[in-house]
Amino acid sequence: MDLARTEVALRKRVTKGGAARLGLIALPVAFFAAFFAYPVAAIVARGLKTDGGWQLGRIADVLTQSDIRHVLWFTTWQALASTALTLLVALPGAYVFARFDFPGKHLLRAVVTVPFVLPTVVVGSAFLALVGRGGLLDELWGVRLDTTVWAILLAHVFFNYAVVVRTVGGLWAQLDPRQEEAARMLGASRLSAWRTVTLPALAPAVAAAALMVFLFTFTSFGVVQILGGPTFSTLEVEIYRQTSEIFDLSTAAVLTIIQFLAVGAILAVHAWTVRRRETALRLVDASVTARRPQGVGQWALLAGVLACVAGLLLLPLAVLVQRSLDAPDFAYYRALTSEDGGTFLVPPIDAIGNSLTYAVVATAIAVLIGGLAAVALTRRDAGRFVRGFDALLMLPLGVSAVTVGFGFLIALDEPPLDLRSSWILVPLAQALVGVPFVVRTMLPVLRAVDARLREAAAVLGASPWRAWREVDLPMVRRALLVAAGFAFAVSLGEFGATVFIARPDNPTLPVAVARLLGRPGELNYGQAMALSTILMVVCAVALLVLERLRTDRTGEF
Amino acid sequence: MLLSLEGATVRFGGRAALDRVDLGVAEHEVVCVLGPSGSGKSTLLRAVAGLQPLHAGRVVLDGRNQAGVPAHKRGVGLMFQDHQLFPQRDVGGNVAFGLRMHGASKRQQDEHVRELLELVGLPGAARRAVAALSGGEQQRVALARALAPRPRLLMLDEPLGQLDRSLRERLVVELRELFGRLGTTVLAVTHDQGEAFALADRVVVMREGRIAQSGTPLEVWQRPADEFVARFLGFDNVVAATVSGQAADTPWGKLPVPEEAAQGAGTVLVRPAGVRLVPADAGLRCTVAARTFKGTHVAVHLQPEGAPRLEAACALREAPEVGDAVGVEFDVAEIVVLP
Repeated sequence: MDLARTEVALRKRVTKGGAARLGLIALPVAFFAAFFAYPVAAIVARGLKTDGGWQLGRIADVLTQSDIRHVLWFTTWQALASTALTLLVALPGAYVFARFDFPGKHLLRAVVTVPFVLPTVVVGSAFLALVGRGGLLDELWGVRLDTTVWAILLAHVFFNYAVVVRTVGGLWAQLDPRQEEAARMLGASRLSAWRTVTLPALAPAVAAAALMVFLFTFTSFGVVQILGGPTFSTLEVEIYRQTSEIFDLSTAAVLTIIQFLAVGAILAVHAWTVRRRETALRLVDASVTARRPQGVGQWALLAGVLACVAGLLLLPLAVLVQRSLDAPDFAYYRALTSEDGGTFLVPPIDAIGNSLTYAVVATAIAVLIGGLAAVALTRRDAGRFVRGFDALLMLPLGVSAVTVGFGFLIALDEPPLDLRSSWILVPLAQALVGVPFVVRTMLPVLRAVDARLREAAAVLGASPWRAWREVDLPMVRRALLVAAGFAFAVSLGEFGATVFIARPDNPTLPVAVARLLGRPGELNYGQAMALSTILMVVCAVALLVLERLRTDRTGEF
Repeated sequence: MLLSLEGATVRFGGRAALDRVDLGVAEHEVVCVLGPSGSGKSTLLRAVAGLQPLHAGRVVLDGRNQAGVPAHKRGVGLMFQDHQLFPQRDVGGNVAFGLRMHGASKRQQDEHVRELLELVGLPGAARRAVAALSGGEQQRVALARALAPRPRLLMLDEPLGQLDRSLRERLVVELRELFGRLGTTVLAVTHDQGEAFALADRVVVMREGRIAQSGTPLEVWQRPADEFVARFLGFDNVVAATVSGQAADTPWGKLPVPEEAAQGAGTVLVRPAGVRLVPADAGLRCTVAARTFKGTHVAVHLQPEGAPRLEAACALREAPEVGDAVGVEFDVAEIVVLP
């Protein structure tokens, strides 16, 4: 009799599931409608609508301008070149981190991830300090790369090294080495076993990583803004230039639409490769597949990867710190506290306080919105609509920060949503960029919670909410912390959107760095290096804390 | 000998997974290595396969020392414990893999795959996805794949380990028949004595990296070499004893022992069939502590006073109830004196 009652209760719960799901998804949907869809619609209208009529010909007009065509061409080829170079440098690294065991591996794995969460302006400053005018290479050998495309490419490799190592290496470590052994027992040499067994298993992950890198470099803003000079400009930089220097909002809008379409296409391909990646592979616990390197070849490979990490990832950061200290008595740091530089209305040091406050608020919003969305997406009965929302959530990440900032600028400055003078605008934009990270981090962990545990709790008398709190939450608490940390780091370093909407008297750290770099003089340069160093330290500490919390299952980043 | 190991030693850290192992496998022989987990069985196979370098000793195949010969040039096959089928290839692609590595033409591959799938009882399955196969089918595909390049020695690591019992019992008969028909030389490892006895011409029992006993299934079953082997085979009626003449002094009283038994301190094994139940006033007095139904007989667990428990095998109808008092007598034919 009791059993029958439980069954009735369970059935009732299933029909209630739909309503609960709608409840969960309502807030994220409203958030995205107001702060993403609406601004994007405003951009489209601004670009293509004049005097009450739609003018699709505007796209063709803009595309025929030779300087725009030049920007498009450069954006594409530098993204392709950056992606190829990153794969070339990072794939051996992925192998080494996946299959070799060596002292300090865990620390090093955390260290190579630091660049990925570093603000783009810090990356730009670091490479400027390394290869720019008066940089380390200039001093030593008179080599300057900041007027060439190499500085941009190297900075992109620096930035995206971790994407490849994490995505490809993460899978590689979980591939069962006995698959290769099985091939060898059937007569395949070491190389052909790798080619016929491991490579096909890795290919979708390599493709996904390559697409991510392509996406990040295609929409690169801070790095190109700082290292590109007047010669090199990506679509993203051009949109910014059109908006804030030329004040041609409709051209900027058209460029944004073009970028939007390109990014949409890349994301669609990415989603497809991710789905392919989920095809049945034999995965094992990553901790059992790594061994000490054996033989000269493997030690040489390890040494090569370590040298690469040292030269490409650690050296720029070290030079950055060194440059920031390159004056007696921490002069650059002390200068940050005074107003007499004239760059801002406030001492640059205030930017730290602004950044931290904004980041905390943005993190709270991102975790709330992203967490709700992730929970809704996890439900087994999630329908088509909800799954479609999953893809939509990724859009702000790819659609580029500049689009978000530009959209906020033109859409949220008049009724019904007039937030122009509100400080909340900045955290909202940053949260929008942070939400995809939260969702991506939470989803795999939430999905990994065995539904039968929840069922066990249900038959023991726990309501769905209670079961979630008692079963799911303890298991995902770490993921939640990791997600919050990522959202925090992303907000802290966010530049592309913030630069549009941060008010002059309330700059964030990255905005302050960019402004200092834009001014001549030794002191401004030194202050930029000092602020970048502070920002880097904050981000690195946040990441290293996360790394301790991270479990193998926590997400894709 | 097709395969011989001479003093083969493998160490992991300080622990020897293989400790100076000598083992020979003759052509067309089916040898089964039996042992608990961690006894070094899998390491033995990996050493022969060339996947695990030796720290000392050597592996000789067909009279040739295999030191420095890489795994793919040894011409041995290995069926992995969990099959390790390639998930991104279909059944045919898996079976054809070894043929492809040996440079067979597409036509030869197709033909051979078809033959092999028929041989293992999966005709026409070439285009199926491996993920869609049942456990038993995966096992058959793994076997076909391992047989395809015609290895001179086929090695099986826990070949039936993950299958359910009835399937296991059926497949073991099929394997035995198949190997007999093809004349394959086989070296298998398992922790399941039933599987080993059913499959092998010769059983090798391993313990902590060493060989504890080697012999035909009948020899090992009838005369376990020591207490470890006896207990591993599932015999629990093992006690310390002092043998003099044709009698052994044990906690269960004086037991008769065979004529040629070693004299002095030793261990005595009484197989359950050798524990005969008699009325309570005769023989060793015991209480029935438990009984478990074994299909062909009932295992009766007896508690003598002040001595270890005894297990007796009883015909279905004669088994006493729990709590009954019975007497026990011992049958010399089922008693073995262990060193």
